[in-house]
Amino acid sequence: MSISVCNVEKWFGKFHALQNVSLEVPTGCLLALLGPSGSGKTTLLRIIAGLETADAGTIRYADDDITHASARERNVGFVFQHYALFRHMTVFENVAFGLRVRKWPEAKIRERVMELLRLVRLEELAQRYPSQLSGGQKQRIALIRALAAQPKVLLLDEPFGALDAKVRMELRHWLRRFHDELHVTSIFVTHDQEEAFEVADRVVVMNRGRIEQIGTPMEVFEHPANAFVMDFLGNVNVFPVEMQDGRALFGPLEMPLPRFHTSNGDSSSSSNGNGSNGNGSSTQVYVRPHELALGRTPEEGGSLPARIIHITPAGSLVKVRCVAEEFGLVMNVDITLDQHRELHLKQGDIVYVSPKRARVFMPDYAI
Amino acid sequence: MAEPMAKTSVGPPPPRATSDPAWVRWGLTLLAMTILTVLVVIPVVSVFAQAFSKGIVVYFENLLGDPDTRHSIVLTLTVAPCAVVLNVIFGLAAAWAITRFRFSGRSLLITLIDLPFSVSPVIAGLVFVLLFGMQGFFGPWLRAQGIQILFSTPGLILATTFVTLPFVARELIPLMEALGPDEELAALSLGANGWQIFWRVTLPNIRWGLLYGVILCNARAMGEFGAVYVVSGKIAGQTCTMPLQVEQLFVGFNSPAAFAVASVLTLLAVATLLAKTRVEALARQSMKEATQARQESRGGTP
Repeated sequence: MSISVCNVEKWFGKFHALQNVSLEVPTGCLLALLGPSGSGKTTLLRIIAGLETADAGTIRYADDDITHASARERNVGFVFQHYALFRHMTVFENVAFGLRVRKWPEAKIRERVMELLRLVRLEELAQRYPSQLSGGQKQRIALIRALAAQPKVLLLDEPFGALDAKVRMELRHWLRRFHDELHVTSIFVTHDQEEAFEVADRVVVMNRGRIEQIGTPMEVFEHPANAFVMDFLGNVNVFPVEMQDGRALFGPLEMPLPRFHTSNGDSSSSSNGNGSNGNGSSTQVYVRPHELALGRTPEEGGSLPARIIHITPAGSLVKVRCVAEEFGLVMNVDITLDQHRELHLKQGDIVYVSPKRARVFMPDYAI
Repeated sequence: MAEPMAKTSVGPPPPRATSDPAWVRWGLTLLAMTILTVLVVIPVVSVFAQAFSKGIVVYFENLLGDPDTRHSIVLTLTVAPCAVVLNVIFGLAAAWAITRFRFSGRSLLITLIDLPFSVSPVIAGLVFVLLFGMQGFFGPWLRAQGIQILFSTPGLILATTFVTLPFVARELIPLMEALGPDEELAALSLGANGWQIFWRVTLPNIRWGLLYGVILCNARAMGEFGAVYVVSGKIAGQTCTMPLQVEQLFVGFNSPAAFAVASVLTLLAVATLLAKTRVEALARQSMKEATQARQESRGGTP
């Protein structure tokens, strides 16, 4: 079942938690609401679930306007951040709860609960209490409890937030497979961009109660709509540049600007770099760590001398942190292991940094 | 062979910097024991000694032979449960409202709940006389309707409820605060209605705290004297609860009968104490679990 959110507003006292939020979730989609804390993502999820009411705007499930329907009428599966398992009930009774309040016959309840417990391979825990389970087990019980009454929509609030790194990784893959088998329209909230990219079909980046960008993980990462999205989705180097004749200059460097992004939330609206920016105005250019090249000798196109502060091996990458002392600018550069071996980099070495790709965004009017 | 080992393990504990000298420890213990004996043990023992001073037959005659005394026992066993029920309803409603909603007047409500603890019971009784007496606000209207509040059971129940009002609410508010609303919201999203949420999720989680509040409330309700004294009018056989009957009998120079009723009240108190000790442990346990779960969930949030 598709979900559509239209012009939703929410205030908590004087705090504007959601500002004119609109969102379409197609049937069977697994969508991530991604943003820093306080960005309104959980509030939006709770409004979709009916646990919170919107001050304005409409929520539709398929073609039904359910803006004013209570949570119990919406038939939504909701997984809480801290599971919210009923502590005085066994695992079996927890999963059976939604069926019991719907007055299912006892035999069917037993059948359904055991089927779900088998699905998550936790049949042997049926008679345990929540306090006797590990975090990952609680999470899976919370998930099948939400799915027991066959909801058409599954909503998950920071589903992996309270788990340790390894369990979190396993459960991510598991959730993705689980969704591929069941095809329930699902929305989950996370502040972890890696998690959102790994699990979701579509990512919605939120900030300060507004949606900054909607797209597939690849679209959002490759074509961030604005400076916030660029900055939020992983490490980024910021160069304060001078604009001259449509060229972005930083010391000896000219930034390669293939695309020019505006920050009205639409990634497709890009034009060539020689746009409206006047001569001599200063702006900021964004370059990801893997978009910077390192060399032992200065490059022809211009490069920036920098001293290496720290070298961190990180799997197939080597993260190099260096400082351009002339400008007091610290940069993070990712290079491959092969490059690292070739260059014989050591802490304190002088290297030459040159950007291969860069982005600039129009200043955000609201800020 | 065992001797040297026993010596090393049973030797006197090493003196610790934090422990006081022996005479201080013994002195304080002795002082506490003396005070307890003089103020609690001797009076309780003497209540029973006085009650049984004329023999066990007279004791039961005193208790059951006098219709007024019989009535006072029945009255107390009526008034106290009614007050407890009203308290449970109020306590649940107040605790629910305070812990689940943010509304204007919330902190005022929290303060007002404690008011009966700080107001003298006699004044509480007087307030009801002012409200429901002949010169009071509702007095004339109530009389026109033929409803008797003062000098009858409803008045006793009202006064007792007022005095015991904080017990249940004060137990439940911190417990429900610690439990948080998540389980109730989960039940809601799973399709439960308000009634089902209360009976299947909220009540099982707060049951020991609630029972503990009920026990405390009941003990106070049965023993209440001051407020009840003012509103009852002390009509023997009609509005005298057990504490009032004790006073009436004592003033009427019938000490053995007064002590017989007092001994029943004391027995009820001892029974309450035993029940309280057991339930208190369970209530503390559920409070501890709730707090721990809450801290874990908070700690887990990056």
